[in-house]
Amino acid sequence: MRVVVITSLCALLISCSKEESAPGNTGVYMLLDTSGTYAEELTKAEQIIRFTLSRLDATDSFAVARIDTGSFSEKDIVAKASFDDRPSAVNRQKRLFAQQVDEFVENAEPSSYTDITGGLLQAVEFLNEKGTGNKTILIFSDLKEDLEEGYIRDIDIELQGFEVVALNVTKLRSDNIDPREYLDRLKEWQSRVEKTGGQWRVINDLDGLEGLL
Amino acid sequence: MSFMLGITPWPVASALLWIILIVAALYLIRSTAHEAIQAAAQGLHRSFRTASKAVSRSEANLAVRNRDVLLAAGREAKERIIEREFDRINETVCKDLANYSALHRSLSESIGRIEKDHQEAVDVPPDPPGWVKAVEAVADMDAKDGRAHIGSILSDIHKSLIKAHKEAMAAYHTASAKRHKLLRHMRPDWRQIQQTLGAVGKNVDSLLSRSVTIDRHMQEYEDIVGGRDRAMSVLSSSSLVNFFVSAFVLAIAIGGATINFSLIARPMAEMVGGTNLIGDFRTADIAALVIIMVEISMGLFLMESLRITRLFPVIGALPDKMRVRMIYITFTILFLLATVEAGLAYMREVLLHDELATSALLRGDIGATATGEYMWITTAAQMGMGFILPFALTFVAIPLETFVHSLRTMIGLLAISLLRALSLVLRLLGNLFLYLGVLLKQIYDLPLFVPLWFEERLAKKAAEVGLSGRAIQ
Repeated sequence: MRVVVITSLCALLISCSKEESAPGNTGVYMLLDTSGTYAEELTKAEQIIRFTLSRLDATDSFAVARIDTGSFSEKDIVAKASFDDRPSAVNRQKRLFAQQVDEFVENAEPSSYTDITGGLLQAVEFLNEKGTGNKTILIFSDLKEDLEEGYIRDIDIELQGFEVVALNVTKLRSDNIDPREYLDRLKEWQSRVEKTGGQWRVINDLDGLEGLL
Repeated sequence: MSFMLGITPWPVASALLWIILIVAALYLIRSTAHEAIQAAAQGLHRSFRTASKAVSRSEANLAVRNRDVLLAAGREAKERIIEREFDRINETVCKDLANYSALHRSLSESIGRIEKDHQEAVDVPPDPPGWVKAVEAVADMDAKDGRAHIGSILSDIHKSLIKAHKEAMAAYHTASAKRHKLLRHMRPDWRQIQQTLGAVGKNVDSLLSRSVTIDRHMQEYEDIVGGRDRAMSVLSSSSLVNFFVSAFVLAIAIGGATINFSLIARPMAEMVGGTNLIGDFRTADIAALVIIMVEISMGLFLMESLRITRLFPVIGALPDKMRVRMIYITFTILFLLATVEAGLAYMREVLLHDELATSALLRGDIGATATGEYMWITTAAQMGMGFILPFALTFVAIPLETFVHSLRTMIGLLAISLLRALSLVLRLLGNLFLYLGVLLKQIYDLPLFVPLWFEERLAKKAAEVGLSGRAIQ
């Protein structure tokens, strides 16, 4: 009888015990545009990365990848981390992450083309693999996609459960001449994201990052 | 309504007809209706009265039980106090009067020495001088027997006298010096006797004062055993005071436990993970809580083993050898847990610094990572608190025991008050229904005032006719 009671209690405890990682954690994938003059904006991106790091906690996942000619590749991932559930390990991982990003920003070279869609696909794949509860993709870019000839990116990306945030969407010279280009560009990305179930947001004021995550 | 007013061509006539019919019907069933109202009112009244009496009986039973509990608790507490007083007396007797034989021997020896010295110090009278006999011999001499030599004889006597006097004085001085020396030797013995007697007197006084205290406690104990009202009132009031005081101390202890919890909950995340959950609670928090609970349990067992509290009769009834072992075991576990807590408190500080450094790095504020010169004070304070609080929490056992014992009385008193109030309410409801029945009967009779008036008149007339008939007869 005693054995049955103890076994039942243990079973109850085990059934009650659950890992936080399943629904409660957050996964963030940040895409950095390194094409042309936008590469100069990378210092701002570093601030955003640090802010994001400060907001993430144990068992969260974070990855930073560059957008270049062909972004649908693991090679473009600059730094990535799935944070441990021990606070001291989390701090170590954050410091290492910040250091890796710092080195990247110092040595980054501009790319010839801008494959945002490929980067987005890579982000979706990464976050789905991590299985985080909240999935956020940050796109630090002017959203002007410029694909090399032969690259096919006319595909629908399943973004159900994802939040896509465009950061620091700068205006190009041509946007100044015809602002409709800028507005159309934003509208097009919004429709692409929302068409497949994703949520879309634009944050241009980098001083107001409080509501980012 | 229109049907009712349409039984005759005239609505007023119809209404009047209905009124007459209803009044007639009500009059005809009046006695039955009165009986029904009376029966209903009486039934409810009796039900509530019965319920009230049942509640009163329960209250009385509970009061008796509460009284028994209170007296038993008071008796037990008083027995402990008296036992403690006897223990103290026993300690005093064992410590101070156990060596009474040695003390007696010491006193006897001192007195013997004094007696001996006193014997030796008796004043010895000096020997009578030899010249007295010589003078008598000279006085008896005849004048004829060489009176011419009397002068020289007297001169010799004078010399002998002076010599004898000097010798006698020297002997006397020697004897006096010896006596004084003996008396001087007696002085420390007197002092020793005086000190010993003083100590004995103090012990006896202490025993006397303790015996007075025991007498007082015994008187109170007799009151409790006799179940006297005075003892009851004293016990009730002291139980209430104990309840509030122990609750206050327990609240302070809970505050201490909360601080202890905050000291170790954060570093616990390093051991069991910061995100694992059991139910809706973090495993790290539960682990920290369990450690504190184990510490409190160990404290309880330690206090029980030391026989300071008596919450677990099994521990109190253990053989002394086993009990002492238990003291060592519980104290060792407590000490180890306190050491672990001190380590965790240190870990907390390290983690805090690490987190601050990381935050500063992420903010780009490198200067903020510098550690203050006096940070070791907070670290040491946290470690000290982590080590001391488990031992401080050990003493929770004392107010906890008082709280548990006084809680029984408190709950009993509250239940008695509630039952008393319920009994009163039920009694009031019973009476209310009784008078409600009377009121309903009066209200029933209100529309029947016409037939009732006639009935009264007829009855009066019939009574008058009956009286006159009897008068004629």
